[in-house]
Amino acid sequence: MNLTLFLLALFDGIAYAALVFIVAVGLTLIFGVMRILNVAHGSLYAMGAYLTASLTTFFVAAGLPPIFAFPCMLVSAVLIGVVIGGPLEWLLLRRIYHKPEVLQLLVTFAIFMILEDVQRLVWGTQPIFQSAALQLLGNVRVFAVNYTVYQLILLPIVAIALLVGLRFFLRRTVAGKLIVATTEDREAAQAIGIDADKVFLLTFIVGAGLAGLGGALASPTTSILPGIGADMIVLSFAVVATAGLGQIEGAALTALLIGLGRSFAVYVWPETQVLVPYLIMVAVLLVRPEGLFGSPAARKI
Amino acid sequence: MTHLLETKGLEIRFGGVVAADDITLQIDAGKNLAIIGPNGAGKTTFLNICTGWLKPASGKVYFEGRDVTPLSPRAITRLGVARAFQIPQLFTEHTALENLLIATAARDRLQNPIRALKDTRQRAEMMHLLDMINCTDAAHQQVDELSEGQRKLIDIAVALALRPKLLLMDEPTSGVASSEKFDVMEILVKALAEAEVTAVFVEHDMGIVERYADEVAVWNMGKIELRGTPQEVLEHPDVIRDVIGEVA
Amino acid sequence: MFIRITIPTLLLILLALVPFGAPGLQVLLTLALAKGIAVMGVTVLLRSGQVSFGHALYFAIAAYGGAFTLMLMPGADLIIVLVFGIVTAVLSGIIVGLFVARYRFIFFAMLNLAFSMIFWSILEKFYHYTGGADGMRLPRPTVMWIELERGAYELVMFYLALALALGLGWFSMRWLDSPTGQLFRTIKTNETRLQYLGMSPQRVMLTGYVLSALLCGVGGIIMGLVQGVVTPEYAFWVRSGEMVFIAVLGGAGSVPGALVGAAIYEIVRTYASAFAGDIWQLVLGTFLLIIILFAPGGIAGIYSGVMDRIAGKKEDSE
Repeated sequence: MNLTLFLLALFDGIAYAALVFIVAVGLTLIFGVMRILNVAHGSLYAMGAYLTASLTTFFVAAGLPPIFAFPCMLVSAVLIGVVIGGPLEWLLLRRIYHKPEVLQLLVTFAIFMILEDVQRLVWGTQPIFQSAALQLLGNVRVFAVNYTVYQLILLPIVAIALLVGLRFFLRRTVAGKLIVATTEDREAAQAIGIDADKVFLLTFIVGAGLAGLGGALASPTTSILPGIGADMIVLSFAVVATAGLGQIEGAALTALLIGLGRSFAVYVWPETQVLVPYLIMVAVLLVRPEGLFGSPAARKI
Repeated sequence: MTHLLETKGLEIRFGGVVAADDITLQIDAGKNLAIIGPNGAGKTTFLNICTGWLKPASGKVYFEGRDVTPLSPRAITRLGVARAFQIPQLFTEHTALENLLIATAARDRLQNPIRALKDTRQRAEMMHLLDMINCTDAAHQQVDELSEGQRKLIDIAVALALRPKLLLMDEPTSGVASSEKFDVMEILVKALAEAEVTAVFVEHDMGIVERYADEVAVWNMGKIELRGTPQEVLEHPDVIRDVIGEVA
Repeated sequence: MFIRITIPTLLLILLALVPFGAPGLQVLLTLALAKGIAVMGVTVLLRSGQVSFGHALYFAIAAYGGAFTLMLMPGADLIIVLVFGIVTAVLSGIIVGLFVARYRFIFFAMLNLAFSMIFWSILEKFYHYTGGADGMRLPRPTVMWIELERGAYELVMFYLALALALGLGWFSMRWLDSPTGQLFRTIKTNETRLQYLGMSPQRVMLTGYVLSALLCGVGGIIMGLVQGVVTPEYAFWVRSGEMVFIAVLGGAGSVPGALVGAAIYEIVRTYASAFAGDIWQLVLGTFLLIIILFAPGGIAGIYSGVMDRIAGKKEDSE
């Protein structure tokens, strides 16, 4: 492997890791607060991608400059979070908080199946490609390797901004602290007057919005077709499980680990590309069952 | 002489709280020990360390002369130590009898894969156990439908079903109706003697302690303050001030 | 009491007569029975409170095991193929189970999914060994060393599937009531107490897990033998999801429910695919939601409820 290939693999990995982190952090946030693993998260990602592509195509065809792709992304993310995430939590998830975990899992799995077909109905099965935003930002040359500014610079910046922003939000703002309090001890939080229902709704909307954002940001870089949601949920879960459920900073690190692992596999041994995330997850969990940064649940008797 | 259970210098802290401070103790077979002390003194922590649920920061636990400090609750149970809990730990989707039969299933390794649990040989033995604790009518009821007192008794019975050498009980009579406490303890202690099981029990009811303990150990702020016969301990001024005075 | 037995007995008799009375349904029902046996595997696991999103792994392993057996030992008899296929699934169940039995809930569900998708990947990519996306053939083996025509073979497979479904179903129900099975069920309610009985929850979990792998394996190899071909799709997550759906449809934790659910599912799917083939997952998902929210006992629960009402009415009138 020469320098060029190495750099390409590195850049691929960073760009990929940034996207995976954005989606995974929403998943881990929802789990950390609500203790539900949202299997439908992958579908929300896919719908964010589809929606962005559709909106961008619409506006570009209407004559607006390609830079409108970026507001489209934000709009998509917000729509996914509020219009889909909100009702999902309010109408469905709220009913199952007290049910056994197995049933909760099955409910989000059912929602996932439904949304997969909804995507097919709305957007069809043909691949969709809308790379206006990617092309707009052009290329950059690093050590004799050409790479897109969008993937090498914009995506990591957004991911880092998100990480810092979330940390700030959760630790410094009132809303964030309410969320943290509810995570640590729901009953205690309710006892001091925190409206846990609102906290859950907010958390889910934010988490879903992040999944949508991940999809929105991913849409210019790849062709969108049925199945990317399924791929993404397993991948996000691998990241979140390897990091430790609820660990936001950890998710950043494991996203990088898995992203780089996967991209290097593409250049070194392509057949294993799909396996790498699972292999990393299984390897980590063998040694540390709670994940790299997770803490074993305190057992009280 | 090998003690049944011996601890040396157990230490453990939770954050700023010292739950065990140089706990050194010997328990001999045949002598039932009561552990008393104010809430938060570290009594349950002691039971948890002895059964392997918690690992002490330092110190050792010996069962029949063998160092069991690093062992898991599963392994320690296999050696002959059984536990009954402050909050009964039962299999909530099974009946009282089934809970006991499951205990015997765990106790006696060889299993027939198609013979129903309820048809096993141990059924008569467990019905007798239920009878001894006056819970026969609860036999076929699901345990989460039983009263608190009955659940405590079933919890103890499950531990007894294992035929242990040492039985650690955490507040065995709490939840049992006051009028029945003495009757229950009477039966329990007789059954224990018959089965040659030594008991260690955390207890708040001094009447029970006085009557059924051969020895008493007093816990306060993570330390053992005093050890002796019920008469010696219960009349000690410090104990009256710190422990009995608190328990109305 | 009497009525609870008559309906299932009647259904069984009808089922046994299908090759003569309704031969068009025979293959469909053979496949449904195979699926039902596999679903029993998921059902057994559900009794410990765990669900696996990847049990298609064993479904596929057994089928490919059978395919490899036929490839390496041409002319092998049906019995040999069955044994090899099932043994492969059980051994895999032990190996994967040793790792996975340490986990619960979402970790358990998703780790199983990960393993099944790893296997699917291997099946697809390593074309030279596994035939890739085209899969491998399972040519008709001899039955008791007699070569059979297609019609006779399919008849044998139907009754074999029926016999295995009933036999394994009976065994699973007895196992769940046995001491080992009851210990397995306690994982759902109190693992702490299980430890304090001197048992290792991991070992206990493993016993049920291996049984579930066996059941899924039996289903898989029968399906492979009946279809004559096995493809990587046998291991794909959608198939695992389908198994979970049928388990819930039949009644989470009900072994007979698994078989009934599978039969209903296959029949509905075959006839509905003409109308709703494009949105099949949407239909499944919606039904899954409805069942969980409004009829969590599934078909078995509804049946039980109806039987109770009838028994109640009879008592009232007596």
